[in-house]
Amino acid sequence: MDDRTRSLIRGGVSIVCVAALYEIVARSGHFSPALMPTLPTIARTLIASIADGTMIWHAAFTLYRVMVGFVLAIAVGVPLGIAMARFPRVENFCLPLISALMPIPSFSLVPLFMLWFGIGNTTTILIVLYAATFSVVFNTWSGVRAVNPLWLRAAGAMGADERRLFWKVIIPGASPFIITGMRQAFLRSWIAVVGAEMIAASDWGLGWVIFDAKEFLNTDIMLAALIVIGAIGYVFERLVFGSIERATVQRWGMVRAAKG
Amino acid sequence: MSDAAAVVGRPDARVGRQTWRTAWRNTFPFLVVAALWEIVAWLGVFPRQLFPPIEDIAARFVSLTASGILEHHTVDTVLRLLAGFGLAAVFGVAIGVAMGRSRRAEDILLPLISIVAPIPGLAYAPLFLLWFGLGNLPSILLVGFVSAFPVIFNSWTGVKAVKEIWLRSAQAMGADDRRLFRQVILPGALPYILTGLRLGLAQAWRILIAVEMLAAVPWGLGWLIFGARKFLDTDAMMSGIVIIALLGLALEKFVFKKIEDYTVVRWGMVK
Amino acid sequence: MVPIEISGVTLTYDTPSGKVPGVKDISVAIKPSEFVCIVGPSGCGKSTLLNMIAGFLTPAEGEIRIDGKKVDGHGLDRGMVFQDFAQLFPWRTALGNVCFGLEMKGVPKDEREKIAREQLRLVKLEKFCSSYPHHMSGGMQQRVAIARALAYNPSVLLMDEPFAALDALTRDDMQRLLADVWRETRKTVIYVTHNVSEAVYLADRVLVMSPHPGTVKIDLPVTLPRPRDPLSIEFIEHQKILLDHLGHAAGGGAQTQHA
Repeated sequence: MDDRTRSLIRGGVSIVCVAALYEIVARSGHFSPALMPTLPTIARTLIASIADGTMIWHAAFTLYRVMVGFVLAIAVGVPLGIAMARFPRVENFCLPLISALMPIPSFSLVPLFMLWFGIGNTTTILIVLYAATFSVVFNTWSGVRAVNPLWLRAAGAMGADERRLFWKVIIPGASPFIITGMRQAFLRSWIAVVGAEMIAASDWGLGWVIFDAKEFLNTDIMLAALIVIGAIGYVFERLVFGSIERATVQRWGMVRAAKG
Repeated sequence: MSDAAAVVGRPDARVGRQTWRTAWRNTFPFLVVAALWEIVAWLGVFPRQLFPPIEDIAARFVSLTASGILEHHTVDTVLRLLAGFGLAAVFGVAIGVAMGRSRRAEDILLPLISIVAPIPGLAYAPLFLLWFGLGNLPSILLVGFVSAFPVIFNSWTGVKAVKEIWLRSAQAMGADDRRLFRQVILPGALPYILTGLRLGLAQAWRILIAVEMLAAVPWGLGWLIFGARKFLDTDAMMSGIVIIALLGLALEKFVFKKIEDYTVVRWGMVK
Repeated sequence: MVPIEISGVTLTYDTPSGKVPGVKDISVAIKPSEFVCIVGPSGCGKSTLLNMIAGFLTPAEGEIRIDGKKVDGHGLDRGMVFQDFAQLFPWRTALGNVCFGLEMKGVPKDEREKIAREQLRLVKLEKFCSSYPHHMSGGMQQRVAIARALAYNPSVLLMDEPFAALDALTRDDMQRLLADVWRETRKTVIYVTHNVSEAVYLADRVLVMSPHPGTVKIDLPVTLPRPRDPLSIEFIEHQKILLDHLGHAAGGGAQTQHA
């Protein structure tokens, strides 16, 4: 038996053991089944909620909020990061503000935004925007600054003008950083949206589901929603960003420069 | 004589002007934003209660501090942070190092952690509240649970990244397993472990503010800003946010910067 | 002092394409205080042999005895210097690095620091006791590594191309320094290199190895008086002889390259 199979077997055994342990505790009646539903119950709830479409609607709402916020963050962050790297004036003005705002957890703005914009999409999207923008700005800024000056000179020597220098050299050169920034930003958006939905959303959204389920002791729904949240996060992190990276910077042999 | 003095004096003056300019350059953006805020507040675009001018916020900040209320909130939050993060640091480093050292521990723990870790930490909050009730216990446990993951991952990577040649040199000099661990593996993995602790603390801070809003704790900055919403008390809310920002900045700039400067930076292991 | 007895040592590597012989049936006896250089083209098994003497690898057949005692794992009777500058512990100062072996031996603090200072003086780094490795040049780091390997007073010093990553000028300085250190300490040294002039400059005796499988092709004594002059006719003669043998060892084609 080689090392790999042994690792897989050990991993499988440990997952099965933990699941079995949970099941035993859940069935022992030591805790109320409302607080600790059995695994089959959770699975049934998950399947039922997907089948009747409610879970899909919740996920759709959450994804809509995260996507709008995330796309806005890129639309704001990438140009701002590039401007900061290209124009010292912009950098001098924005950098102190960003360093002051960055350490504020996005969640601490939820109550304020609720006051200003009420409960619902606006607040959650703005929280996502706030959570995601800084990663995009910061990574774009360092990426453009890290573009190898040799490439600029080489392109200049080959007759590239300002505009083409920008599109053909600076943007591709900074792209490993920009992609890393987007990946980080998405991770943060995903965390922020779940948090924001818990208190600043009504009726729909995965964050709202788990928080609402607490009120009615619907632990099975809560755990089912947790599984959906984990699965969506995993799909985006691994499949979407993984394949973007494979198609671009990895193919060009550029190492992932800024790791988050 | 006077010429010489002028020559000596000039660089000093330049240095002085330089620092003054940096200070101005760093404050200028804030002045602009503050001015904009004031204008919007005084134009009355939004109700004054929702968008108070800065002097209202400052006055409220001072009165909250003078009465000791703000301090009480802050101290409770910091204590919770220390308790939760302390748990994460101790268990996280222990688990991560064990995973790095023992193939068996790695095989057993990695799949479990890979399942649990990618879910946003706050999503576990309702579950913790259900299982452990309201108040301090679920808050601290959740903060510890969530912030342990970056610590585990980085300690694990760090131990695996310890250079083979260090191990060989130490073995050639007669180091036994115990001393190999304490004198070579731990310091060798320290840059990663510190990165993990730093990420963990940032994580703990974010989660704590959120969980204080949900866990109905009697005191704490998260609760302060959340509670203030009910009374449309934007001044108090802004005061709380300012403290949160300052504390976050201080944790990053002072605590870990100092530890890193003293260890891995001095050793040239990170730039 | 210690004679080293290598008898019938063989080691094979397992690779995806089957077993590859690393070294085959090597027998050498090394006298106390002898400076032995092992030269050969890359892949001839010279580092493998050194790692077996160090105890990092165990021979499949045959055995290695140091002072009559069979080598089994690493021990404080041997000091090791690697090629990689990163061998020093970045979290310890130069002095701290040199102290490490003594610490493992259980020497009290005052005494080990005294010995370590002495060793650093030997490699002319007494002024840099409290410097961290990243503040030192490659040559200085390798000198610390030599001091570190000597500090706990092993009887054999094993060196695996220690100066290969240095620039030519520094390398010359380091060879001179090593010759001085050797004269003062009279350790038995086994030194692996692919640089022929380095071998002639340092060695009492040069073992030329040839690959596929790794065997000792020829065992050549160097009897030139010390300190040696790399520009003397005898020195160049020795170099030529070695290069000729190396040419054969590498399969004949190398002679013209070296000329």
